[in-house]
Amino acid sequence: MRVSVTKRAFYSLAAAAMATVLAGCGSQIADPASAGSTASSGTSCVDTSGSSIKVGFINSLSGTMAISESTVFDSLSLAAEEINASGGVLGKQLEVISEDGASEPTKFAERAGKLIQQDCAAAVFGGWTSSSRKAMLPVFEANDALLFYPVQYEGLESSKNIFYTGATTNQQIIPALDYLAEQGTKSLFLVGSDYVFPRTANKIIQAYAAAKGIEVLGEEYAPLGSTEFSTIVNKVRDSKADAVFNTLNGDSNVAFFRQYRSVGLTADTIPVVSVSIAEEEVPGIGLDNVEGQLTAWDYYQTLDTPANKKFVAAFKSKFGTERVTSDPMEAAYTSLYLWKAIVEKAGSFEVDKVQAAADGVTFEAPEGLVTVNGENNHITKTPRIGKINAEGLIDTVWSSPAAVEPDPFLATYDWAKDLTK
Amino acid sequence: MELLIGQMFAGLSLGSVLLLAALGLSLTFGQMGVINMAHGEFMMAGAYTAFVVQQAISDAGVSLLVSIPAGFLVGGVLGLVLEAVLLRRMYHRPLDTLLVTFGVALILQQAARDIFGAPSVDVRAPGWLQGNIELLGAPIPLTRLFILGLSLLCLAGLVLLLKATPLGRRIRAVVLNRDLAETSGVSTRRSDQLTFFIGSGLAGIAGVAVTLIGSTSPYLGTNYIVDAFLVVVAGGIGQIKGAVIAAFALGVLQSVFEYSTTASIGKVLILIVIVVFLQLRPQGIFSLKTRSLA
Repeated sequence: MRVSVTKRAFYSLAAAAMATVLAGCGSQIADPASAGSTASSGTSCVDTSGSSIKVGFINSLSGTMAISESTVFDSLSLAAEEINASGGVLGKQLEVISEDGASEPTKFAERAGKLIQQDCAAAVFGGWTSSSRKAMLPVFEANDALLFYPVQYEGLESSKNIFYTGATTNQQIIPALDYLAEQGTKSLFLVGSDYVFPRTANKIIQAYAAAKGIEVLGEEYAPLGSTEFSTIVNKVRDSKADAVFNTLNGDSNVAFFRQYRSVGLTADTIPVVSVSIAEEEVPGIGLDNVEGQLTAWDYYQTLDTPANKKFVAAFKSKFGTERVTSDPMEAAYTSLYLWKAIVEKAGSFEVDKVQAAADGVTFEAPEGLVTVNGENNHITKTPRIGKINAEGLIDTVWSSPAAVEPDPFLATYDWAKDLTK
Repeated sequence: MELLIGQMFAGLSLGSVLLLAALGLSLTFGQMGVINMAHGEFMMAGAYTAFVVQQAISDAGVSLLVSIPAGFLVGGVLGLVLEAVLLRRMYHRPLDTLLVTFGVALILQQAARDIFGAPSVDVRAPGWLQGNIELLGAPIPLTRLFILGLSLLCLAGLVLLLKATPLGRRIRAVVLNRDLAETSGVSTRRSDQLTFFIGSGLAGIAGVAVTLIGSTSPYLGTNYIVDAFLVVVAGGIGQIKGAVIAAFALGVLQSVFEYSTTASIGKVLILIVIVVFLQLRPQGIFSLKTRSLA
């Protein structure tokens, strides 16, 4: 009975797959706070007596996110090296302790707890996905420690224990929409991966569009990691929208842009504005497929500021001339310098003193001057629309006239009132 | 009308990708009863073969044509090694093959990450495959057309091999009744090895083909393995004609569902259809009548 053997085997296969899925769910709903709250909270064990001070880096160096997060780790390392070479922070050399978040939110929570309690790090830098940040948040709050988070995200969050150095929605998505409106865009098609960031982003876009008279002709989500875009691409083509707003994540971008081009759509027919394609991702998608398409970030490698020239040169001499720098890398680099500036203003490594001193601290970052907003712990940033050029780098085609104040809850936008409830 | 044709073709094209991914599996899983979770990674190996060949031969057209046999060879040899080192010790223990090949899949993914790096690499499509032809106003991408042709070619080759060659006859004999075939003088060892070589080689070709439409990354295989198993099970285990019908039916259904709902809901509907179908017809579209007594 060979057939029934294989069939039974298939059922077991299905059961095994199910078990994997359930295990995955389990790890997500596990209480992240418990990972780090066993020791008595409130009393810090940070040792400030020696000639060095410990800081923690937490990035995924393995798993699916390693591709992105290892670049953030590199630029953090560069910043630490530079700071040490120029005398450290309050005269103390930085001693970096690096932990691997392994692309799993629970791992991030657990490792963050270790960095705070066992290693007694004065501050922790890193995290990428919103789920990793949300998993670490209760750990940092319970232990009253500091996390510097360097990636653009969906907003609607503010914690006194987290400093957000990436863009919130009013520093990336809304300026991109302003740009499109300014260009005379009357209709949009939204394409995104099916998870929290694209869905939140698209809610904001829908509200914006409704208020400004832009028609949204379609809103489509592909499962994370999906490589099949025939139908979505056909829908976009049929909609004859003026532009596509793309919040796809990771490898799906490769499949999307290849299939987009193969039905004859280009930057000239229906341009695509992407919020998660940076310099790093262009070679994997294939330059042919994305040349001329638009991106929305606050930093590009090509920016012509003295601080950026120094940053790019230092990065390339440390990691190789073929490497590129991107927005999250710049935000991570900036985060370490900002912490240094805040600590030096406070004259102390103590968390409450750092929190009290943070408001108004500035740093001449590669993207331009950034200022910490002590009310929501975000920073001012200068939104820029870029166009992917023939070298695979991104040229700035539009830039906000001034740095934009962070507004994670979109409190200053009338049309966004219903979103933040 | 234009959209209808575009969508019909999208369905056929998705079906052809599914068929290409499932064809090799219907040999190894269907005919031999081995649950090879590393099948997707053999596809990934084929895709990276296309990348390596393109580094050596810069002309994208020539490199694609060279990649197809090269991908077959790389996939096939990986399959042979897997069969010789691990699987032949565990025929008749399908559950063990499931775990072992899952482990092998993880090892291959990590190996790809170590050799080629975690970011996806770019395999350029040749100039003559860029763009599309218009069919009654609907754009038919040339890459998709190429994959459709390639999968039909692979199918024809496989059917010819199984039905019209002595080797194919031996393979079928072993599937129908292993013991009787052995007593009749068929070397089941050799037949197993060859079946596995061909099945894995087809995965390699599928890998080369999907570089034209998606990303070439260490995770490539994981995108296709579940769908490939769905096709084989829905089609009827051990039935190539079942796999063909199932692949195209699932492809067309999915693009219809996806068009009328969304990509995520479409995927859910497809799974529901398969579950209901297997409840009504657990043996799949076609069932294999074996002549063994056990």
